[in-house]
Amino acid sequence: MRAFKTITSLVVPLDRANIDTDAIIPKQFLKSIRRTGFGPFLFDEWRYEDRGEPDMDCSNRPLKKDFVLNDPQYKGAQILLTRENFGCGSSREHAPWALDDYGFRVIIAPSFADIFYNNCFKNGLLPIVLDEEIVDSLFNELDKGDQLTVDLEQQQIATPSGRVIAFDVDENRKFRLLNGLDDIALTLQQAEKIKAYEEQRAKRAPWLFAD
Amino acid sequence: MAGKTLYDKLWDDHVVYTEENGSALLYIDRQLVHEVTSPQAFEGMRLAGRKPWRKSRNLAVADHNIPTTKRAEGIADPVSRLQVETLEKNCEEFGITEFAMTDPRQGIVHVMGPEQGAVLPGMTVVCGDSHTSTHGASGALAFGIGTSEVEHVLATQCLVQSKSKNMLIRVNGSVGKGVTAKDIVLAIIGKIGTAGGTGYAIEFAGEAIQALSMEGRMTVCNMAIEAGARAGLIAVDDVTINYYQGRPFAPKGDHWELAKAAWQGLHSDEDAEFDKIIDLDAQTIIPQVTWGTSPELVVPVDAAVPDPSNEPDPVKRQGMERALEYMGLEPGQKITEINLDTIFIGSCTNSRIEDLREAAKIAKGKKVAKNVHRALVVPGSGLIKQQAEEEGLDQIFLEAGFEWREPGCSMCLAMNADRLEEGERCASTSNRNFEGRQGYGGRTHLVSPSMAAAAAIAGHFVDVRNFTN
Repeated sequence: MRAFKTITSLVVPLDRANIDTDAIIPKQFLKSIRRTGFGPFLFDEWRYEDRGEPDMDCSNRPLKKDFVLNDPQYKGAQILLTRENFGCGSSREHAPWALDDYGFRVIIAPSFADIFYNNCFKNGLLPIVLDEEIVDSLFNELDKGDQLTVDLEQQQIATPSGRVIAFDVDENRKFRLLNGLDDIALTLQQAEKIKAYEEQRAKRAPWLFAD
Repeated sequence: MAGKTLYDKLWDDHVVYTEENGSALLYIDRQLVHEVTSPQAFEGMRLAGRKPWRKSRNLAVADHNIPTTKRAEGIADPVSRLQVETLEKNCEEFGITEFAMTDPRQGIVHVMGPEQGAVLPGMTVVCGDSHTSTHGASGALAFGIGTSEVEHVLATQCLVQSKSKNMLIRVNGSVGKGVTAKDIVLAIIGKIGTAGGTGYAIEFAGEAIQALSMEGRMTVCNMAIEAGARAGLIAVDDVTINYYQGRPFAPKGDHWELAKAAWQGLHSDEDAEFDKIIDLDAQTIIPQVTWGTSPELVVPVDAAVPDPSNEPDPVKRQGMERALEYMGLEPGQKITEINLDTIFIGSCTNSRIEDLREAAKIAKGKKVAKNVHRALVVPGSGLIKQQAEEEGLDQIFLEAGFEWREPGCSMCLAMNADRLEEGERCASTSNRNFEGRQGYGGRTHLVSPSMAAAAAIAGHFVDVRNFTN
């Protein structure tokens, strides 16, 4: 996994609550057997006038002009600012894959759906939960062209006005994200503990180990 | 010391070890696998040269992409076909049991799992699908995961997890006639909201829950995720144990007796402490219909479409206005005056035999209304389809003008050919009414199977309680 570095970037304000994973990446793109290539289809139904299909060339598709991602001033933005319950709905990891493939590295919201939140950390994306009032203040404060700096090591966000906003993150997740560690390799270092658990469990629930 | 909740018991029984920061390595007893969220996981295994930790703990079936008509002809869409074939190849390569598309045991992964006894009380169950919460109905700790975690479970039989908080939702008393498990869970979501359960494992209890069959309990837990909770749970009782006796993957002989004894303890202790308790009076719940693009935007069938101008929260108000625009509805419009184009009876929420019986009871001897140009019944598995046919339910549906299809996820998420056209309005027994969920521009109203059947006959929503004799 890619290690997370401090980011200074433009911020896309997506002012909607309960953005679901069907909106982030519609179902027709889930037929892919790859992990990459979802970026052009991120928010497909909100972003384009026509219907997206897998493997389409998106460079000439008609854009919905009023959708914020299509505003050229936000080109290259790596931070998404949005509202509560972001990523609700299905468990599709294609949602963080699409956000990542588009170029986002940080998502700021008052709350996230649990599965989506987990999936972000597996893909080098940092979801940041801030109080609703702070999220509100960011929506108000940030003008087009304004940048935020997100420092995971210090767990701080710096705004253009000089405000420093602290955020919480699980220590374990922070460590893995900063170092880009492979979760499976880490868990397999504990193989003896897993085997010991299985031995004990087989005594308590022998029917599960009958094969 | 306070007693333990059911969630606490299941959690504690599966902890391999706990880290200093409280996150734990949790042992996973069963992984269900389907074609959409697994290819990249198998690819990761292959690239790293890893083998499954315990291949027998995985069970696979294709459900999302597969056609519900002309099964023998295979899959027309080459992209879907590749994904289904990839699952077959991966299962073969990694030694994982898969029920093929033509196997009668094939079905929606969350219908097939319990039906086979591959999910059992006391297990931890995961699947790369958010509706894995369904299996909490069996007193299992079950939750949806992403593809990276699918790979993690394949390779280690474990997951790194942080413990959720405990929520208890009690539905006290008994529901009235015509009110189903679906109405109960929609009413719960309407009350607590789609983020109400975020960070919690929700245990559903109370007389109205205890009175439900296993099928009904699965419907309730299935939609725990729609309330934001990764896991829903219901205590084990005789209904649970009777359901699992004799199922193909269930323990036999002495093991059955041992398992049964162990499962008796799968309930919250009387002095267990919950972080949050919510009480609902079952008598106040009547058939529910969603009107918006989030499951929390739900009202009783006798109500009208709400007016956003009465909503004080600006973010919520904006959400309601957007939903009304997308759904093509006006504030104050009566729910019973909403006409339907399409009816969908199916999905991991409502495609089990009991659901089909309920719908058939309404449809019997009647005809689908003229304005409804498509009414689909999609059984949850091949075995359910067989059983329904033995009971003559297929004939009831066909005579009424419904289509009787092969099992799969179908129009719940429209990954196969079954989808809504732009602007089409559907009464659906599925679980999500998000924008575009059932097809680009499609409009979804979530209801129970009997409400969907009644809407098919009337051509608009009706209170099913006036339909029953």
